[in-house]
Amino acid sequence: MLANFMAWMDKRLPLTDAWNKHLAQYPAPKNFNFWYFFGSLAMLVLVNQILTGVWLTMSYEPSGDGAFASVEYIMRDVDYGWLLRYMHSTGASAFFVVVYLHMMRGLMYGSYQKPRELLWIFGMLIFLVLMAEAFMGYLLPWGNMSYWGAQVIISLFGAIPIIGDDLTLWIRGDYVISGATLNRFFALHVIAMPLVLVILVFLHILALHEVGSNNPEGIEVKKKKGSIKPEELSKFTFHKQYSEKYDIVDAIPFHPYYSVKDIMGVAGFLILFCWVMFFAPEGGGYFMEAPNFEPANGLKTPEHIAPVWYFGPFYTILRVIPDKLIGAIGMFSAIIVLFLVPWFDRGVVKSVKYRSKLHLFNLIQFAICFVALGALGTLPATPVYNMIGTIASFGYFGFFVALWFYSKNEKCKPVPERVSH
Amino acid sequence: MSNMPVNNGRRRFLTAATVVVGGVGVAGVAVPFIGSWNPSARAKAAGAPVEVNVGKIEPGQLIRAEWRGKPVYVVRRTEETVNNLAKHDDQLRDPNSEKAQQPSYATNAYRSIKPEFLVALGVCTHLGCAPTHHGGDFGEFVEGVSDGFFCPCHGSKFDMAGRVFQGVPAPLNLVVPEHSFTNEDTLLIGVGQGEA
Repeated sequence: MLANFMAWMDKRLPLTDAWNKHLAQYPAPKNFNFWYFFGSLAMLVLVNQILTGVWLTMSYEPSGDGAFASVEYIMRDVDYGWLLRYMHSTGASAFFVVVYLHMMRGLMYGSYQKPRELLWIFGMLIFLVLMAEAFMGYLLPWGNMSYWGAQVIISLFGAIPIIGDDLTLWIRGDYVISGATLNRFFALHVIAMPLVLVILVFLHILALHEVGSNNPEGIEVKKKKGSIKPEELSKFTFHKQYSEKYDIVDAIPFHPYYSVKDIMGVAGFLILFCWVMFFAPEGGGYFMEAPNFEPANGLKTPEHIAPVWYFGPFYTILRVIPDKLIGAIGMFSAIIVLFLVPWFDRGVVKSVKYRSKLHLFNLIQFAICFVALGALGTLPATPVYNMIGTIASFGYFGFFVALWFYSKNEKCKPVPERVSH
Repeated sequence: MSNMPVNNGRRRFLTAATVVVGGVGVAGVAVPFIGSWNPSARAKAAGAPVEVNVGKIEPGQLIRAEWRGKPVYVVRRTEETVNNLAKHDDQLRDPNSEKAQQPSYATNAYRSIKPEFLVALGVCTHLGCAPTHHGGDFGEFVEGVSDGFFCPCHGSKFDMAGRVFQGVPAPLNLVVPEHSFTNEDTLLIGVGQGEA
């Protein structure tokens, strides 16, 4: 009965073929470690955001007069409204935790290197859209931090010479941030951006499956056709799209091997996620900031204005540069340089495991600077903090500059032919 | 198909013509989509002038008025504050208010019509936060200057004439809006001196 149904379907839509190509017969390197959880976790969080988001719109009122009250209404009067909102707000922070770790994985194991440049770029575009999505979503509760956060970020575009002021006016749709701004952000947040995000995720995975997954060793598991003795080939059956073009070694099918492994990751993740959601949904003021519990007030900037933690690193770079235009350029450059990592890195060895001590040190200092910048972004702008922020900014950009210089003639360890794990 | 006569020149022309006409169509369709983001007629109409009674402001006190949705700071400066304004010119970016951040009638040492009253938009020229007024305790931000404005967002500093200090992210002095006095105690924000 089921077999007949599937046969009927397969004649009309390549269902079984797609399942095999992307899951049951997709050759994944056998040595994935802890760091490889975060791709599937990111997708889980995306589903959570879309699902809870759709439900929140059912009770949310996108207007300057009604938004703040409707969020209170969701929290107090709607059955399970509090839970749906906390799932959504905790999900936003979780999204960035997972994505930052996912990106760090890529940097550590050289997953951006040839031939995975486009895969990396799709990933960076996802990150960019995600930041826009989170920024617009943060305006919707119409609290005072929502309001002033949006004021600051939109004003960044005012730093552009000549067209800046007209551009900010056009983005706001009013002379100040108002209901008009809120409504257009709502439209973008619930329709336009999620649509783009889903398309980009689709392209990201398609590009991944075309070039194949990297792994902690940075050694390709797809070898030139005919270069491997038949008895050394992987014992599993892989989809002909992969096995006809390549000899595949040291790989296992994604499903069931990694689908089961990822379920372990999901379980661990959900324990942490639920702990935050039920016991610390405000994240100690980092996920939901205190001034956001009073309605937007265009006449009063909160005493200490700070972005949500995940924008901290970029915000600090903006803040430590004592010039409006250069500050804005610095902040956007911090994202642009990430796009260009595949070209800053002129080396051929992928994994940090086989690269120089210098590269390991550079990665560590980059991670420390990134975390420091993030922490500083949530602290007030005192001279001492600004000085630390300046040093950390140099460390951040220094990573890319140094990488470009030493990667050309880097002294790496010999890379084995096969994954030895 | 391979025996079909092909006129490549005509084919190229038709392709180019289709692309051009299609491109014009796309550009035309983009106009309403981009245009709808401009401020609506209602938003444009909401810019009426605002009257403020300044008679009851104590010396040294700041009050906030709302004009076009933005905070306007009105400060009654003490005589001492006014006299101190000239003492830190060397620490300012634009001590003589040469950049057009104020109407011509306020382009003077006090950046105001009456030395006593400062009228300025409480909108930091960096990224638009509302700077906080520090009366008496501004010395912790700029040594030797007792009063001023400090922007909590990115640490920009302004003196009691809204002039920006050097070494901060804000590039310009605070904006002095068009304003005038209709009588001794009534300030009208949004209508300039001699216009009413």
